[in-house]
Amino acid sequence: MAGIMIYSAKDNLALELLSAARALAATSGDEIKALTVNNDSQAQMLSAAGADVYTINSSGLVPADIGAMADSLAQAVQQMAANVVLLSSDRSGKELAGSLAQAIGAGCITDVLDLQGKDGRIECRRNALGGAAIATQYIESDRQVIAIAPKTFSAASGQGGSVTELQVSVKPSSIKVLEVKEKDKDSVNIDEADIIVAVGQGLNSKEDLAMVEELANKLGGQVACSKPVATDKKWLSEERVIGLSGKQCKPDLAILLGISGQVQFTVGIRDAKTIVAVNSDENAVINQMADYVLTADLHEVVPELISLLA
Amino acid sequence: MNLVVAMKQIPDLQQIRFSNRRPVLADVPKSFGNIDKNALEAAVLIKESYGDGKVTVVSAGNEELEDTIKEALAAGADEAFLITDDNALDDADSSIVAQVLTEAIKQLEDVDLLLFGEGSGDNYSGQMGPRVAKLLDLPMVGYASAIEIKGDTAIVVRTLEDVEEVVEVSLPAVITVQSGINEPRIPSVTQILKAGRKPKTVQDLEDLDLGSDHKNQVVTIDILAPESNRKQIKVNNASQLLDALKNENLIGG
Ligand SMILES: Cc1cc2nc3c(=O)[nH]c(=O)nc-3n(C[C@H](O)[C@H](O)[C@H](O)COP(=O)(O)OP(=O)(O)OC[C@H]3O[C@@H](n4cnc5c(N)ncnc54)[C@H](O)[C@@H]3O)c2cc1C
Ligand SMILES: Nc1ncnc2c1ncn2[C@@H]1O[C@H](COP(=O)(O)O)[C@@H](O)[C@H]1O
Repeated sequence: MAGIMIYSAKDNLALELLSAARALAATSGDEIKALTVNNDSQAQMLSAAGADVYTINSSGLVPADIGAMADSLAQAVQQMAANVVLLSSDRSGKELAGSLAQAIGAGCITDVLDLQGKDGRIECRRNALGGAAIATQYIESDRQVIAIAPKTFSAASGQGGSVTELQVSVKPSSIKVLEVKEKDKDSVNIDEADIIVAVGQGLNSKEDLAMVEELANKLGGQVACSKPVATDKKWLSEERVIGLSGKQCKPDLAILLGISGQVQFTVGIRDAKTIVAVNSDENAVINQMADYVLTADLHEVVPELISLLA
Repeated sequence: MNLVVAMKQIPDLQQIRFSNRRPVLADVPKSFGNIDKNALEAAVLIKESYGDGKVTVVSAGNEELEDTIKEALAAGADEAFLITDDNALDDADSSIVAQVLTEAIKQLEDVDLLLFGEGSGDNYSGQMGPRVAKLLDLPMVGYASAIEIKGDTAIVVRTLEDVEEVVEVSLPAVITVQSGINEPRIPSVTQILKAGRKPKTVQDLEDLDLGSDHKNQVVTIDILAPESNRKQIKVNNASQLLDALKNENLIGG
């Protein structure tokens, strides 16, 4: 019988992985083992949710040193006789996936949006071609590393877990963390909003955001954006980015203002029930995936909408 | 300072057409992924601030690469090292490409820093940097939004979802960059003309010593466009739009 090992540095994602592992084990009968690294409270939490937890406690292990983390996980995989490793596909989980896969000679699939045990394989779905298409894949090698996108599974609960300590050897690190800065917290969850008003680079200035926020408020929705609005212009936080490297959203209504509709963006909004595109270019690609198309300057449309909604 | 940048040739994603939901990639023009251009720009900026050094682009792909590479040579790369094949590389999974890139990089001398994108433009799996770092047994720092060279170390700002870590890594090292790290330069006409004359090594995949065991570990069952049937109704102004949304009970009033 094979074993599934789960690991995420983040508590909520670790609980999601536990659900994923249970879904797979339900058909395969695999044993599930949860790993924690220098994190006793997570070990307690996972055990309280019914997981058999194995802990690594090593002061020499630098979490930012992905290669060293992968070496430690590789030793855990060995000791647990696990052949499937489920990781979270947040940024550090995703890079850990590649590193660990190489360390244990495993095939690896990251950013998995959906997975299913089928005929002894784990079928995974992920975006391909920058989000223009969806690939269905499985790993053929005996060892498998699968990194699952956040919120693909809901958090597990249960009872009756256990905690066991593991020993691993850690080499001295060539990486030193000099400083850790918390980012300005923007606790919005655009992926849970029913109505989204999203802006793109068609917006003239940061000042114009005020009217977009007003419109979102009037509609009871959340403001979101395309990636460049957050990463290049820095007008909104990265928490609000829709798309391949941002959030996957499924609102009832998405109003897209000044967004061109490149695949890396549209992949994050294509599951919306109704899409409205406001773009000054009548040939904008986004219009092809909209239910309602308004060819106009967003700086005129938004104030009109606000006053009509008053 | 010898810098190596790994760049992947990808199809122009906006020009991919679908037939029966299957992508048709023939005749779609190729270019390098956007984030890979950021990685190249980061390398060129480091070289320029250092005063001397060399930027070598390493890329594995089909024969169109010999043309695509001009883009990188015009944008500041000094040399190119290409591994080409008719099609085997287009279908190869990350474990194989990592092995190919590693064998190529091993042939380069005195590499101080290797730059990758955090994800390739088409596959965006983020495996390659971490895999190659492991194969070369080099330290790796991912998701760089700033890089500064200080003696024989690099100071890297590593931007994660909720925190920013400033880390120091000893060189040689592998760093993967994010798109926000810089704005890639647009090459001038002279630079484009000169690009064709820059040194270029092209190696056939078959001439690399990959050992016997190089089989895809990841099997792709299918790649399909998501189904979409949007209404695409044109409205003429804000009030028509609101009426339509109210009719569908999407907004109150
Ligand atoms: C690996 C990778 C991952 C990526 N991930 C993401 C991601 O997760 N999310 C994301 O968004 N992008 C992502 N991108 C970037 C993506 O490719 C596009 O560059 C980006 O989505 C474009 O943003 P935009 O539509 O706001 O800007 P643009 O493409 O510049 O479009 C602006 C639009 O505004 C319109 N416009 C201009 N003025 C007005 C006006 N006054 N009124 C109305 N309309 C106007 C224009 O006609 C145009 O259509 C990624 C790229 C890569 C390579
Ligand atoms: N075939 C390739 N040739 C050169 N570099 C590559 C290749 N594939 C991936 N890379 C590099 O690895 C990064 C991550 O790719 P991926 O693992 O496919 O997301 C890219 O941004 C490139 O820097």
